[in-house]
Amino acid sequence: MNSRVFHIATNTLREAVRDRVLYNLIGFALLMSAAAVLVGQVSIQIERLVVINLGLTAVSLFGLVIAIFIGIGLVSKEIDKRTLYTLLSRPVRRWEFIAGKFFGLSGTLVVNTFFMAIGVFAALAYVSHHLVGSDVGVLVALYFIVLQFVIITALALFFSSFSTPIFSAIFAFWLFVIGSFAQDLRNFAAMTHGLTRWLATGAAYLVPNFSTLNVITQAAHGEPVPSQLILFNTGYALIYSVAVLSAAVLIFERRNLK
Amino acid sequence: MIRSRQVTAIAGSVLVCSMVSAALLTRAVDHMRPAAPVREVLFVSSPKLLKRLCLGYDGLLADIYWTRTVQYFGGTHSRGGGTYKLLWPLLNITTQLDPHLIPAYEFGGTFLLAKPPEGAGDPAKAIELVQYGTQNNPNDWHLFYDLAFIYYDLKDYRNSAFAFLRGSQLPDAHPFLKIMAAQMAEHGGDLNTARMMWTATYETTHDKMIRANAAAHLRVIQVDEDLTGLEPLVEKYRARTGRFPESFTEMISAGIIRSIPLDPLRHPYRLEPGGRIVVSNPDELPFLDQGLPSGYVPRPPKLSPVD
Amino acid sequence: MRAIEIAGLEKVYNAGFWRKRSKRALRPLNLVVEEGEIFGFLGPNGAGKTTTLKILMGLVFPTAGSARILGLELDDPRMKAQIGFLPEQPYFYDHLTAQELLHYYGQLSGVHAKQLSRRVEAVLEQVKLSNSANVQLRKFSKGMLQRVGIGQAILHDPKVVFLDEPMSGLDPMGRREVRSLIEDLKARGKTVFFSTHILSDAEALCDRVGIIHQGELRGVGAVAELTAGVHGKVEIVWHGATVPAGIVTMGAECRSAGETMRVIVPEENQDAALEALRRERLRLISVVPMRSSLEDYFVAQLGVPLKSEVVSFRS
Repeated sequence: MNSRVFHIATNTLREAVRDRVLYNLIGFALLMSAAAVLVGQVSIQIERLVVINLGLTAVSLFGLVIAIFIGIGLVSKEIDKRTLYTLLSRPVRRWEFIAGKFFGLSGTLVVNTFFMAIGVFAALAYVSHHLVGSDVGVLVALYFIVLQFVIITALALFFSSFSTPIFSAIFAFWLFVIGSFAQDLRNFAAMTHGLTRWLATGAAYLVPNFSTLNVITQAAHGEPVPSQLILFNTGYALIYSVAVLSAAVLIFERRNLK
Repeated sequence: MIRSRQVTAIAGSVLVCSMVSAALLTRAVDHMRPAAPVREVLFVSSPKLLKRLCLGYDGLLADIYWTRTVQYFGGTHSRGGGTYKLLWPLLNITTQLDPHLIPAYEFGGTFLLAKPPEGAGDPAKAIELVQYGTQNNPNDWHLFYDLAFIYYDLKDYRNSAFAFLRGSQLPDAHPFLKIMAAQMAEHGGDLNTARMMWTATYETTHDKMIRANAAAHLRVIQVDEDLTGLEPLVEKYRARTGRFPESFTEMISAGIIRSIPLDPLRHPYRLEPGGRIVVSNPDELPFLDQGLPSGYVPRPPKLSPVD
Repeated sequence: MRAIEIAGLEKVYNAGFWRKRSKRALRPLNLVVEEGEIFGFLGPNGAGKTTTLKILMGLVFPTAGSARILGLELDDPRMKAQIGFLPEQPYFYDHLTAQELLHYYGQLSGVHAKQLSRRVEAVLEQVKLSNSANVQLRKFSKGMLQRVGIGQAILHDPKVVFLDEPMSGLDPMGRREVRSLIEDLKARGKTVFFSTHILSDAEALCDRVGIIHQGELRGVGAVAELTAGVHGKVEIVWHGATVPAGIVTMGAECRSAGETMRVIVPEENQDAALEALRRERLRLISVVPMRSSLEDYFVAQLGVPLKSEVVSFRS
């Protein structure tokens, strides 16, 4: 059973790697890191600040684009191209398909982030002339960015299991935006009463909590991230993704593939 | 085959010409409305709204606004200065987005304080900005230094001393903070204090514009000192000869001075009728309030960043 | 054991925005296919052939009824390991090579790693794609994709092979290859269930056919049985260049070939035509009953000639 999931995952990764679109996006991200070096020269003291801010933001945003654009196509492309038919006529269960796609895309994003991170660290080494102890913060920030990707992948896959690519992209993107406001949404919910409070609280906890996964500014200022936060965020990302994937499986199991 | 080569040639030249024309037109439009690009810099003027809009990427947006602030200031300054109306809003947005952007406080403290055409001339906002900075960065002694400087410039020596004191109590504070606290408390108005302040600024800042500013102020202090030393000598000449000297050469012949006195820029001082000592090139010595030639109208200064 | 058992299979789609319009894609279908048979599933577009296949593959869920393959339920992985499927106009992962694709599918079908490479090679040989084994699929022509599709359907040596329009997109050479492949599968004891428009292929290959129209099964049986029931035609050849009045009134088309005339009339008019010839003292050369084809059966059953949709190679 697990070997099928593994094979689907590796195939997804292989497909993604051979698709040239990825290289363009990675190229852009690396370009951003290079640009960061130039921009930082506006003021000597903030070179490091700008490199980390711009570099990590680029990694985050470009990874988001990759996650959404490849993620939304994951299921619908297979249906359109009928590759799914030959897959499901084999002893492959529908949930195995979803799981395999999820791991495949997550793996792709980890590899991407790795390459883009090299760009950031190269730029950082260039402006600082040596790596400082606080650069560990950059690693933590990158790890959190990867956790964000995992959640977005699950969401993109979820939408892809029943919706067309365009709508999946729009939904996934808006969930990312709203998720960035998750903390504000919770605060807002706490201030309301009655039915509004129920609805708002429900929405606030349903929406992915991206605000806590963004520690770019802290990394830029060299502030340490508490290890408890790392633990909680990891747990949250995994649990939330599992929830979303279960929903995707529930829907996909029942879907008529016309 | 010939047809397609013609088409390529024509299309290619049309492309080049139109791109060049478009670029030239853009420049022409820019020249027509110099103020407009600056206005667009703000676009969204509410810091809180911006913080919401940037989806958590506030660090980057702060850096962008900081860059714009520096460009805005530099650009306005190179065009002769002004009132820098947008300086405060830009700095406000920058520091709200990233309260830990220390350079912004130092910059704001200096140039919000300075009077037009040097800066915005808004000391209240300068104090507000730096105090916001100390609240959010309570362990950074530089900010208390900046605050002390502002109060000093406003001749509020008591508050200045107090700020120095608070700063000196922080861990790894520069030792001179303690020294300045004492100095300010007792000799706030002295020229020596002024020299110490500006020298400290000159030596500790990394910002080129702030350093140039400090250097200019140090030169003013030097001129003041020079004048304080030269005026009695002119008086001595008058006591001896019964008239004011017309040039320093006369004073040299009279044995009162040994050589022609030079200002901090190594230009010779001049003597005006009536015995007033003035500088030769007042345009290159901004902030000067003594030793200006009669009838001199100060022109907008040009602070070169490498001073 | 029965290879395929379909009992009362029904599919109703609810179309429209409010899901109010219902469309019957499949009326209750009952069908049995024995092991070792080649069964042809015939019908015009939209008849329900692909819907039936998709239900059997577990891609679409029926609104009523049930089906079993090899005695097992449709979602049983043990069953799926023993079937192969070629969808209509297949398309595969752009950036994989043929060999990689077959490897991938083989892994998913549970073919043991040790045998996999050999099987892949053998299959590529069988569908005549050995030379293009390392070419990326996006560079394949339609015919090549079809052959890869067949390859992945037989890779794991399944007992039952389902093919949806296996001949589409192939040139006559390719079609012949596919035909021989299907015959080869039968020779090895496999069951083949395929849907097609091409009646001549069905006539030549199939042991039995089923004809479906507008979601309803109109006829099932061996080709000979089906065509036997249809009124046949008779070809009459006589010497001369004239057409007797009696035959003219039948409205049949007469052709002359050199010194002879030839006409094809329905079987029931045979006696009247011969009588007309005798009356005019024309010399009869031959009377040959023409074997009615599946197309005739089609026409008779469905009431429409379907010339535009159905390809027949009757000369």
